Amino acid sequence: MVLEQTITWHLACNTEDIPADGGACALIEGEQVAIYNFARRGEWYATQNLCPHRQQMALSRGMIGSTGAEAEPKVACPFHKKTFSLKSGECLSGDDYVIKTYPIKVENGQIFIGME
Amino acid sequence: MKKKIVVVGNGMVGYKFCEKLIAKDIAKKFEIIVFGEEIRPAYDRVHLSEYFAGKTVEDLTMAPTSWYAENDINLILSDPIVDIDREAKTVRSHHGLVKGYDYLVMATGSGAFVPPIPGVEKDGVFVYRTIEDLDLMQNHAKKATKGAVIGGGLLGLEAAKALLDLGLKEVHVIEFASRLMPRQIDEAGSRVLQAKLETLGLQIHLNKNTQEIVGDGIIEAMQFADGSRLDVDMLVISAGIKPRDEVAKVAGLEVGIRGGIVVNNALQTSDPNIFAIGECALAHHMIYGLVAPGYEMAEVVATKIIGGEKEFMPFDMSTKLKLIGVDVASFGDAFIQEPNAQTIVFENSAKGIYKRINISNDGKYLLGGVLVGDAEQYNMLLQNTKNKTILPADPEDLMLGARGGSEGGASGVMALPDEALICSCEAVTKGGICHEIIENKVTTLDGIKKCTKAGTGCGGCVPMVKDLINETMKSQGVFVRNILCEHFDYTRQELFDLVKIKGYKTYNDVLDHLGKGDGCEVCKPAVASIIASLWNEMILEKGNATVQDSNDRFLANIQKNGTYSVVPRIPGGEITPEKLIVIGQVALKYNLYTKITGGQRIDLFGAHVSDLPEIWEELVNAGFESGHAYGKSLRTVKSCVGSTWCRFGVQDAVSFAIEVEERYRGLRSPHKLKSAVSGCTRECAEAQSKDFGIIATEKGWNLYVCGNGGVKPRHAELLATDIDSATCLQYIDRFLMFYIKTAEPLTRTAPWLDKMEGGINYLKSVVIDDVLGMGETWDAEMNLLVEAYKCEWKEVVENPELRKRFTHFVNAPKVKDPNAKFEPMREMVKAAEWK
Repeated sequence: MVLEQTITWHLACNTEDIPADGGACALIEGEQVAIYNFARRGEWYATQNLCPHRQQMALSRGMIGSTGAEAEPKVACPFHKKTFSLKSGECLSGDDYVIKTYPIKVENGQIFIGME
Repeated sequence: MKKKIVVVGNGMVGYKFCEKLIAKDIAKKFEIIVFGEEIRPAYDRVHLSEYFAGKTVEDLTMAPTSWYAENDINLILSDPIVDIDREAKTVRSHHGLVKGYDYLVMATGSGAFVPPIPGVEKDGVFVYRTIEDLDLMQNHAKKATKGAVIGGGLLGLEAAKALLDLGLKEVHVIEFASRLMPRQIDEAGSRVLQAKLETLGLQIHLNKNTQEIVGDGIIEAMQFADGSRLDVDMLVISAGIKPRDEVAKVAGLEVGIRGGIVVNNALQTSDPNIFAIGECALAHHMIYGLVAPGYEMAEVVATKIIGGEKEFMPFDMSTKLKLIGVDVASFGDAFIQEPNAQTIVFENSAKGIYKRINISNDGKYLLGGVLVGDAEQYNMLLQNTKNKTILPADPEDLMLGARGGSEGGASGVMALPDEALICSCEAVTKGGICHEIIENKVTTLDGIKKCTKAGTGCGGCVPMVKDLINETMKSQGVFVRNILCEHFDYTRQELFDLVKIKGYKTYNDVLDHLGKGDGCEVCKPAVASIIASLWNEMILEKGNATVQDSNDRFLANIQKNGTYSVVPRIPGGEITPEKLIVIGQVALKYNLYTKITGGQRIDLFGAHVSDLPEIWEELVNAGFESGHAYGKSLRTVKSCVGSTWCRFGVQDAVSFAIEVEERYRGLRSPHKLKSAVSGCTRECAEAQSKDFGIIATEKGWNLYVCGNGGVKPRHAELLATDIDSATCLQYIDRFLMFYIKTAEPLTRTAPWLDKMEGGINYLKSVVIDDVLGMGETWDAEMNLLVEAYKCEWKEVVENPELRKRFTHFVNAPKVKDPNAKFEPMREMVKAAEWK
């Protein structure tokens, strides 16, 4: 990937810190990053923790899941159930918000978040 | 070479024209340039007052600027058109931009009409048209206490609502005429509306002519022609609208004497290449000041430009709106009277309800009418008027609703002809909606909204659209199954039975065996609730924590700034002084805002997620347990003090309330459960508004079920009379098990009973006569659940693994969320207002 050359990887936490099929928030370089352990599919995702709708730091506490024929992975904000794609960050429930997504990798039981 | 369309004005109608043209212009033959005067793209002006009730600019925006870009529309904001050169076919903007056009669409809308009263220029005097006006009002209102509105019409009353929302202590409405809303409703209706609004805190002054606005630079008072004077520090002028026709006038287009750009049935102005739509257009000698005809005009011009044929015909001006919570509607010919028609009037001044229908002299057709205070029948009445439906023998049934019988509103929808206009904002007919349901298998409200746009305007037709979907599917022989979501092809009841038979105890087991995909925020909490209802195990274990709704996952209620509230159980509302002191000490230590709840408990707000285990450790050590305020489960059993102290009490209400609360605490159900016990018929505990309520009699207890406060208040119905305590608990056991087994997710007991065939009589036969033969099974199941109860918070406090999950930052467990902000309020704190 071209991206990997321009980003810095930051250690976030250990894999067991993030509950299976759920999320938790890590503080990295002053940013609140929501990290999701999509254990059913063996996938990991990271997005901003802020829900753009009411500016609440809550996405890491939301329920994750998938939608549609392509099984797009998503998270639902616990406040008003706005849902966002974990891949593209796009709002899937009809609003025009887009949230930031971060590159994520797991090595030796440790989770790293990529930042530019 | 593309043809150029310049749209002057970016309001609701100007936006709608773009939307419609884009949809029709498949060959992309047109280039669109839009000039807007305001700094932001078109927003929903109809719901402007909701800005003060919490809606944001984004919520109100029709489409973001990215939408215009995606559709190749050149949107130029903050730059009104100041000149049209009809010879050269160009327009010039305020900033000097010159653009050529093939077609020019004037959608300049209207401005507030400000009468020439001396002093209107003073500070504190506002008009109510744009978001900027609202921001200015909001600023000024912070230091104002007494406000007034000039104008008692529709817009004036909207503005008065805005002043109430802004928190002004006194709000006055000043009307020049002798009554409110003279254009829409008749005199008797005005009277009822006025009385109702006065009870809601508005002070209404009729026959008042404002002579001068007094004050030294800033408004201090209003002086009236009759010599009287009113001290105010804020004034909104909402005396009417004036079409924005000034540019058209300068360009030599024909305008009306009292304003408005004159157009023909094709909405062409006196220059055939220039159209006018919306509130700036004078069509059929009138200004159409509603959004629905504006949208129809947009449709006509878009069709015409694309090469089709369509004319704008005189448009129905029926309206229904909610003014300060009061329904007001008028439809068809609202004012026609004898000898040209017969009228039927219903008035209940105690409730503030007035209804009038006008029917043809032969008694066959509905011609129009007025509704104040209750407009539930508006949609059906309007449809009957428009479609000239032959009236039933007792036409008053249409206005009052059929009494005594069980005839629902749904059969009414199916009786309408296909041409019946269901959504007047978007001009969608019944036939159009049914076509999507039958031919394209669109069977959800969201789906219908997407493909027809019905229900996306004012939203008033949404209940009819829902009825149409259900009834059409039934008529197609489709058995309507409310399946859980895309991941489970089962109804909740089917899933409940399957999970029980198979003995599944985790969400993943259920999904693997009975569902597909990865689950979502709909099925996860629903399945979690079923598992909890069946087995009553700790909800945060076995990997079930992440399928709980946020409140259940953290065993607390999330609040506006991301902190949580803590509610210890106080059974029956009885609490010792020692325990009260502990609550006070905990609140002081963690800086929590404390409030007595509606259910006789104490709520502690503003707890950081990382403080929750410590807070609960102290509470548990003092003998408290979880109050389950976060769960879809039993909340409280309220009680009055009963026969132990009260001189009227006939039974010990508090002791029984504690027994009931301790029996059902922690019981997970499809929705929350509330209960109460009153010690005598005076009913101080308000048991008849609860899911199950108990009222003492001389001989024992009366048991009421399926009451509700909330959005749709409803009195509970009497299930059993004069029963002893043991029988009462047995009936409640069976009632609750039946509800838990059969209700849809998130359905309270009241709507559950509403949907039950046979209603309360059937429920009685199940609970008391045991017609299903389930009584003993349910008794045993409930006893198991009661025995399995454990306090969730005690378990977390004692389990280091579970405690670890209560942090905001996994990599910095001691750090609290810096975004959780508080503001001082009286002697305590409140959550910072969200944006």
